[in-house]
Amino acid sequence: MMRPPTVENRPLIGDRGARPLRKAASGSRGTGADSGVRLLRAAAIAVVVGFLATFLILPLAVVFREALRHGWRAYVAAITEPEALAAVRLTLCATVAALLLNTVFGLFAAWCLGKHRFRGRNLLLSLIDLPYAVSPVVAGLLLVMLFGRHSWLGGILAQWGIEIIFAVPGIILATAFVTLPMIARELIPIMEAQGTEEEEAARLLGANGFQIFWHVTLPNIRWALLYGIVLCTARAMGEFGAVSVVSGHIRGSTTTLPLHVEILYNEYRFSAAFAAASLLTIAALVSLISKRVMERAYEQDRRPHKIQSRRKNTP
Amino acid sequence: MHSRFSNRGALPGLGLSLGITLAYLGVMLLLPWAALAGFLASGDWRAIGSTLREPRVWAAIRLSFSTALIAALLTAVMGFLTAWVLVRYRFPFRRWLDGLIDLPFALPTAVSGIALTTLFAPNGWIGRMLEPLGVQAAYTPLGIVIALMFIGLPFVVRTLQPAIEDLDPAMEEAAACLGAGPWATFRRVVFPSLFPALLTGATLAFARGLGEYGSVIFIAGNLPMKTEIAPLLIVIKLEEYDYQGAAALAVLMSLMSLSALWAINRFQARVEAFRYTETA
Repeated sequence: MMRPPTVENRPLIGDRGARPLRKAASGSRGTGADSGVRLLRAAAIAVVVGFLATFLILPLAVVFREALRHGWRAYVAAITEPEALAAVRLTLCATVAALLLNTVFGLFAAWCLGKHRFRGRNLLLSLIDLPYAVSPVVAGLLLVMLFGRHSWLGGILAQWGIEIIFAVPGIILATAFVTLPMIARELIPIMEAQGTEEEEAARLLGANGFQIFWHVTLPNIRWALLYGIVLCTARAMGEFGAVSVVSGHIRGSTTTLPLHVEILYNEYRFSAAFAAASLLTIAALVSLISKRVMERAYEQDRRPHKIQSRRKNTP
Repeated sequence: MHSRFSNRGALPGLGLSLGITLAYLGVMLLLPWAALAGFLASGDWRAIGSTLREPRVWAAIRLSFSTALIAALLTAVMGFLTAWVLVRYRFPFRRWLDGLIDLPFALPTAVSGIALTTLFAPNGWIGRMLEPLGVQAAYTPLGIVIALMFIGLPFVVRTLQPAIEDLDPAMEEAAACLGAGPWATFRRVVFPSLFPALLTGATLAFARGLGEYGSVIFIAGNLPMKTEIAPLLIVIKLEEYDYQGAAALAVLMSLMSLSALWAINRFQARVEAFRYTETA
């Protein structure tokens, strides 16, 4: 492998032939590289494209192929049957509720963790991440432990006629639990990077807390917030494990769309299952595209907002 | 209060926002865990012990652990190649494929589960090709590994991509100038600087794979002792009203994934400290 390099004959990665230094500086791409290297690169690209096509594109294709197996009429019938519509409604309701909870939480959490330093801050940060480390099934089980009929709290609530497990509140709580970190996690680093100087200036000019937040902080984080909302929506709509544990699978009343897909699939009504799945797939694709579109705007938020650094740029 | 907790104190609203944050975290996270801990503590320890010694429980834990580990290793290999090709090379549809990497994050797990099962079933598009080779993917541990690779891929690729972008090609050129061949450059320059990111991504994929439920249960076949994963066993125990067994298994599985994540956090902190002292 090792061979003595000379000044005029510097080997580049994979390029064993002699090559003047100036070309080397322009990178190993293109210009008459060793055919072996070019072959290796082409092979690597082919392997990756093949792998991603099999792993990511084929499953997408399968969803729509199976959904339309029995034609458009069967497809429309499958997604407009009353149980499917009820599932769509419940999914939307749980998603919106979880989104509201986690957006409010995310904003408050980002305000105290992103703009302030205090003892125990790191502990709180890792606590917020906890739902990522927990299996969705365990998340559902935790809610059953707290609100289930056998538990102390669940017993009291049942006396008042409040049902949480095997009812809609449980589904909302389960969805909110698994998506808890998503918005806070987008906002905290941004607000931390942007610093507090603009807010402090607003305070000196006499703004109160809400005015500072509404007129100074929120415009700076709006793209990050929207980005977090998109991620959270996608995850909330598709949550399966946690919701499955707390839902009780009561058809037409506590089945979300993913649970509806599962029930149909287990009843061997494959094309109806895939028809319902195609709705979720379309929603996932829309969220992927909007995420992509947002990313550029989001990059601008990520840059530190400092009055000082701006002044430095103006001569 | 305010001045004791904050050393800047220039901005208002710390008390209010911290209070709401703590209240929400308390209700959503601490209270359920406390309920679980209380339930286990007041439970019958001998029964819990015998639950954890059941062969079926051990088989499920072993299966979950080993499939998550194998899937994480395979995802690390394929994810490395994918991230490298997506960052370093230019080819048609590259941006499209790059955007699609997040699909497993965005696609509901139940949907990926039934799609992968249909794809790898003996009469599916891929299963049909595997069958003459004597390979059955669906309803075997191999199917579980495939589903976990699908779920884990974005973790590895998305952690590696920024690291590869930060990698200065001048380093590789310097290595080449010093006489290293392509393999030596990769092994001694490229790989060591990407290893922390690779390990982090693979650990995230592993931790996620340990608890994954939706995408696995359709393709696994769910035969007790053979293709029954631990999260499914938790669900089964809950449905049988064996709350103690379910809770014990849940705590065990959570400890496994938490300790994996904790270890990777410590490792990362060390790498960061090392980098910092090196550059300072």
